[in-house]
Amino acid sequence: MSTRITIDPVTRIEGHLRVDCEISGGTVTDAWASGQMWRGIEVILKGRDPREAWLFTQRICGVCTTVHAIASVRAVENALNLEIPLNAQYIRNMLIAAHAIQDHIVHFYHLSALDWVDVTSALKGDPKKAAALGQGLSSWHLNSVQELAKAQEKLKVFVASGQLGIFANGYWGHPAMKLSPEVNLLACTHYLQALEVQRRANMIISILGSKTPHIQNLAVGGVANPINTDSPSTLSVERLLYVKSLIDEVGDFVNNVYLPDVCAIGAFYSDWTGYGAGIKNYLSVPEFPIDTKGTVFELPGGYLPNAALGQFKPITGFHDKYFAEGVNESIKHAWYQGDWDRHPWQEETEPHYTDFQDRGKYSWVKAPTFRGAPAQVGPLANVLALYAAGHAPTKKHAEKALSTVSSLAGSRVGLDALHSTIGRHAARAIRAAVLHETLEKQWTLLVQNIGKDTATFNRPEFPKGEIRGVGMHEAPRGVLSHWVVIEDGKIKNYQAVVPSTWNASPRNSKDQPGPYEASLRGTPVAQADKPLEVLRTVHSFDPCLACAIHLVDKEHPEAITVTAREVPE
Amino acid sequence: MNVLVMGIGNLLLQDEGAGVRVVEEFGRRFLPIPGVHVLDGGTSGIELLSYLSGRDALILLDVVKGGLPAGAVSRYEGEEVPALFQQKISPHQLGISDLLATARLMGELPAKVVLLGIEPQSIGTGLELTREVARSVTTVAEQVAAELWQMGVPVLPRPA
Repeated sequence: MSTRITIDPVTRIEGHLRVDCEISGGTVTDAWASGQMWRGIEVILKGRDPREAWLFTQRICGVCTTVHAIASVRAVENALNLEIPLNAQYIRNMLIAAHAIQDHIVHFYHLSALDWVDVTSALKGDPKKAAALGQGLSSWHLNSVQELAKAQEKLKVFVASGQLGIFANGYWGHPAMKLSPEVNLLACTHYLQALEVQRRANMIISILGSKTPHIQNLAVGGVANPINTDSPSTLSVERLLYVKSLIDEVGDFVNNVYLPDVCAIGAFYSDWTGYGAGIKNYLSVPEFPIDTKGTVFELPGGYLPNAALGQFKPITGFHDKYFAEGVNESIKHAWYQGDWDRHPWQEETEPHYTDFQDRGKYSWVKAPTFRGAPAQVGPLANVLALYAAGHAPTKKHAEKALSTVSSLAGSRVGLDALHSTIGRHAARAIRAAVLHETLEKQWTLLVQNIGKDTATFNRPEFPKGEIRGVGMHEAPRGVLSHWVVIEDGKIKNYQAVVPSTWNASPRNSKDQPGPYEASLRGTPVAQADKPLEVLRTVHSFDPCLACAIHLVDKEHPEAITVTAREVPE
Repeated sequence: MNVLVMGIGNLLLQDEGAGVRVVEEFGRRFLPIPGVHVLDGGTSGIELLSYLSGRDALILLDVVKGGLPAGAVSRYEGEEVPALFQQKISPHQLGISDLLATARLMGELPAKVVLLGIEPQSIGTGLELTREVARSVTTVAEQVAAELWQMGVPVLPRPA
């Protein structure tokens, strides 16, 4: 006998994801990931002006507004072979880096830490001991006894109010929760501090993007920020100096809190370096272009088949055919009409809902492949690519993190440990530290360049006939690509292959499982009706099923259901 | 008074974007008001936290499905609002429920919270509102002005 569990929806993620697992002998033996919403962006964009597409794509998802805007303008620019002024690249790069750091911090503390950290246990922690622990990890100025006691008091009041809200769906007291009350208290204190810090990162976005949560400053051809070093209403020296102070504050938190916390939690849960690897083909794209053509990048990206660092193949630029020709999507197991495996430019999406069929169609997510194989995307894929490419800041932060984990765990933890559930968290924190350095560097490049020129925009001109473009972006959750076909200046076809399409992929045309599905096989589950371990692995990917329905439903208050039932052999 | 008027919802899903449409309509009909921030919150969550801090009141605009005729407007206040957002497990997990709970945890939830909800008719893919809901958008924009007047905040129409 085995047990079948269905988690629908998975909470603390963006979008609607259902996960089914078959459990036998306390271990997951098979898994299915199913996206439960259909995105119809391509339907909306057909026939529209390509210069406006980004305004619509940034509405796909409430978390990823900036990233869909960036990928969209890049897709159109790619089709036009349009160069971007340096100032525009630097401003975009700063937006991208600030957004990604904010996103990584929020993901760790607010969306996934509670899988590892027990809030109710934190209430029992001794602030003095917790402070000593924190001070041993880093020089962060807010690891004082007073700060920890203050945070504990805040949590006590909140828990006593009975309205747990954000903490309501945690598996408190679960046997898989292993941290001491003091470690839990330290982590919860940082949870609260992270709420403040993410605002500072957001402030960078709102200054450069003119507005949040929907930035206003993008344009096909550059950015709309007027640069005038003296005028206070534009991007002035004063504003840029303020941005620099925000970058410093955010960097302090990333280096002295986020990364050490992930190392500590990784060391306490070192058994989790043995679970959750799944698909070891890693795909990432180069990011932070620092020339006008998109051929020179601050961070390399590329394909790493079967975790072999020696076989790393870089993707060299926005016009690299190795990427553009390598992506396909299959709908064999997705709720669309027919059964094909096509390139995004050739796709047509006709929804065709069946029902959840284990061996048939069971998800709204299509199954993408790179060069015919499923691929994992995200910070882990990116960090491994950066490491393989010899990117010095990445090597520095990765080696420092691994040596911290090794000394805390009391045994040598190497780069291989990253192919795991906890490894994905470590990679994300390492990437945040790398991104902070990138953000600083882009700031310096911008400040140096505006002394020479203030250009921010090249006007796009659309030819008669058909042109095609791909906009690639290494987003917080991994490779994002927007694919556009333009005819006589109007959009003819538009497809977005989002990071969670890669990771939450159902089985592909060869019936190979996607990364979530593969990573869950072999995960231990102590209590089938409280599948905390399954959530740990799924959350480690930072799922975002970008569909963002926002309706309040009074009639049918759905519950989060976790069902477990016996299945005969 | 320091007030945040925030419309939320997804513009790509027909009536689902009604709250954001009210914000746009409000901006067309009324002059900017000192101390009142009118915000298109889209489908964002935690990023909106900084807009909430330091406010005396929050007026939320959203669609609420309650079995009423399409376009019907309902009003909720105080504890009813977080309770309403909490009982739904919408596909938008990181939405307003978490935002309100986080604001409460941080001691930054405005003392007065009002939600004006519009009953939707259709939430398929598309940019246009249905006729009934489009009509209510105008009504709700007027109602926001009335709410502000009641809080002692004068609201003046734009000259025709």
